[in-house]
Amino acid sequence: MTSTGERPDDDGVSYEQIQSSFEFDELRTRFRRFVFPMSVAFLLWYLAYVLLASFAKDFMSIRVPADTNLTVGLYIGLLQFVTTFLITTIYVNFANNRLDPAAEMLRDEIEGTNR
Amino acid sequence: MSTYLAQGAAGVGNPVLNIGIFAGFVVITLAIVIYVGRTNRTASDYYAAGRSFTGPQNGVAIAGDYLSAASFLGIAGAIAVNGYDGFLYSIGFLVAWLIALLLVAELLRNTGKFTMGDVLSFRMRQRPVRAAAATSTLVVSFFYLLAQMAGAGGLIALLLNIPNSNAFGQGLVIAGVGAIMIFYVLVGGMKGTTWVQIIKATLLVIGAACLTVWVLGLYGFNLSQLLGQAVTNSPKNGAKILGPGLAYGKTTTAKVDFISLALALVLGTAGLPHILMRFYTVPSAKEARRSVVWAIWLIGIFYLFTLVLGYGAAALVGPDKINAAPGKQNAAAPLLAYALGGEVLLGIISAIAFATILAVVAGLTITASASFAHDVYANFLRKGRAAPDQEVKVARRTAVVIGVVAIVGGIVANGQNVAFLVALAFAVAASANLPTLLYSLFWRRFNTMGALFSIYGGLIASVGLIVFSPAVSGAETSMMKSVDFHLFPLANPGLVSIPLSFLLGIIGTFVGGTETFSTAKYAEMEVRSLTGAGAERASTH
Repeated sequence: MTSTGERPDDDGVSYEQIQSSFEFDELRTRFRRFVFPMSVAFLLWYLAYVLLASFAKDFMSIRVPADTNLTVGLYIGLLQFVTTFLITTIYVNFANNRLDPAAEMLRDEIEGTNR
Repeated sequence: MSTYLAQGAAGVGNPVLNIGIFAGFVVITLAIVIYVGRTNRTASDYYAAGRSFTGPQNGVAIAGDYLSAASFLGIAGAIAVNGYDGFLYSIGFLVAWLIALLLVAELLRNTGKFTMGDVLSFRMRQRPVRAAAATSTLVVSFFYLLAQMAGAGGLIALLLNIPNSNAFGQGLVIAGVGAIMIFYVLVGGMKGTTWVQIIKATLLVIGAACLTVWVLGLYGFNLSQLLGQAVTNSPKNGAKILGPGLAYGKTTTAKVDFISLALALVLGTAGLPHILMRFYTVPSAKEARRSVVWAIWLIGIFYLFTLVLGYGAAALVGPDKINAAPGKQNAAAPLLAYALGGEVLLGIISAIAFATILAVVAGLTITASASFAHDVYANFLRKGRAAPDQEVKVARRTAVVIGVVAIVGGIVANGQNVAFLVALAFAVAASANLPTLLYSLFWRRFNTMGALFSIYGGLIASVGLIVFSPAVSGAETSMMKSVDFHLFPLANPGLVSIPLSFLLGIIGTFVGGTETFSTAKYAEMEVRSLTGAGAERASTH
């Protein structure tokens, strides 16, 4: 198979060296250990909500408190909003404090040697 | 039923006033677009606004792109008529942003240049993967455009008192609206489009906030009282509107359809080309992250408003009257405005809704035309040897073609719930784009054949299932009511087509296993995606 339209490597940086470095490996692990479990968690929570809404209609229609028109479904739906805002905030703090410094260091290393 | 039709056709508001407010908006935004469009010089200006927007600016613009007619007119209408089941759209549309935030936005910004195809083809064979990415971009954008045009038709028809029986008149309106939108894109490029998004998002959120406070105020800021009135005013469904199941709970098929829809909503966002392209308008991955955070807050708060607006429309207007109005469910929010503040508020809210459609269509058109010019023309046909000027010229011409196609599609889809139509675009995006994007970012072994399998497989499966679904034919709510060629029971294909596409990506990768694996390209992509080294910079001029 021939490769067409290959991009030229304009800066000649050895990305492979960086990729196999300890620092990069640590950054990648730290990133994946956060985003993968978090993604699974919020998707499961969302799926649980969807399944409740389709198969537990009576439960979702229970009034809380009983003398109002507010239903369990409404609370669970609003909780989805709360968790979304919460995860967003947690991720941003994590990325700012735990990912950015390491990424910046590596970026300087790559670009500094060439420019 | 005929008495309701008569009521609806009697119309609301004063057409002259409505046109006046709407024309005022068009003139002001047009002036802005022409003003910022002056500085469009390079391809980077036209496609990515010179990467000169800040995170918060882009976040507001993303909210503008995302809060389409589906969010404002569609969700409010769905909640007003179907109650709680309409709420799912809000939740799905919002939670979906976490995938964009955690898995896609920053990595995409770090590795790409203008389009989704840049990222997907990064370590693959350029021409076939770019062609595939452009194809799916065009198809997703088409479905999305269809929805927006249908919303525009219904809205303007309501404002001008063109009844549902006058299909020709409504079609003419859609065509006129489409023509104005094409003009915005041609003149303003990405920078003009982004400013229209920012203005529109600001107006939309403020407008929705005012309506929300007003509605809640009428019921002593007591949500329960508002819901109670909505129940009283929904004679057909009564208290059922407070729980799930009204639209999607009658049969097992309907329940499965609900799950299918839910899956498409949550997985679609991070595969929407016009959203992905917005991440290129900021100077760095960190700004891309900031823009997503701004977008999530704005979008989330807006969806809380739509809950009140939807039930408010049920309480103050009533589902029967909404269904009979020009634009049907999509008319709920404007009718609510009319019930609250008479024809002036109706005019203002409709102008905002129209701005919404206009901005989203402009964003979609620019994305689709960029993808065609950059991926198909420059990289596929000219093998990367096209002059940037020529590429932009092709992009502009493509924008015209896309606009015309959208107008025709919008006339066919007129009268459908906009949120429902947008959900189809989400299903196609989640099937064709998201699996390919995630695999190429995170799976080392993924290769060209895998990418082609998941893009084309997801695309064919999702579009094929839509064509043979009850959404298109054979049901009372179909686009073509008179014929029945539906074979697939679900209105939304996501439940089948999304897992299938993920699976096809794996199968394709093994089929293409003999391809030479470029360790260097993989290393470059992975290191760049996580560190931002070598990312495209903001242009200075």
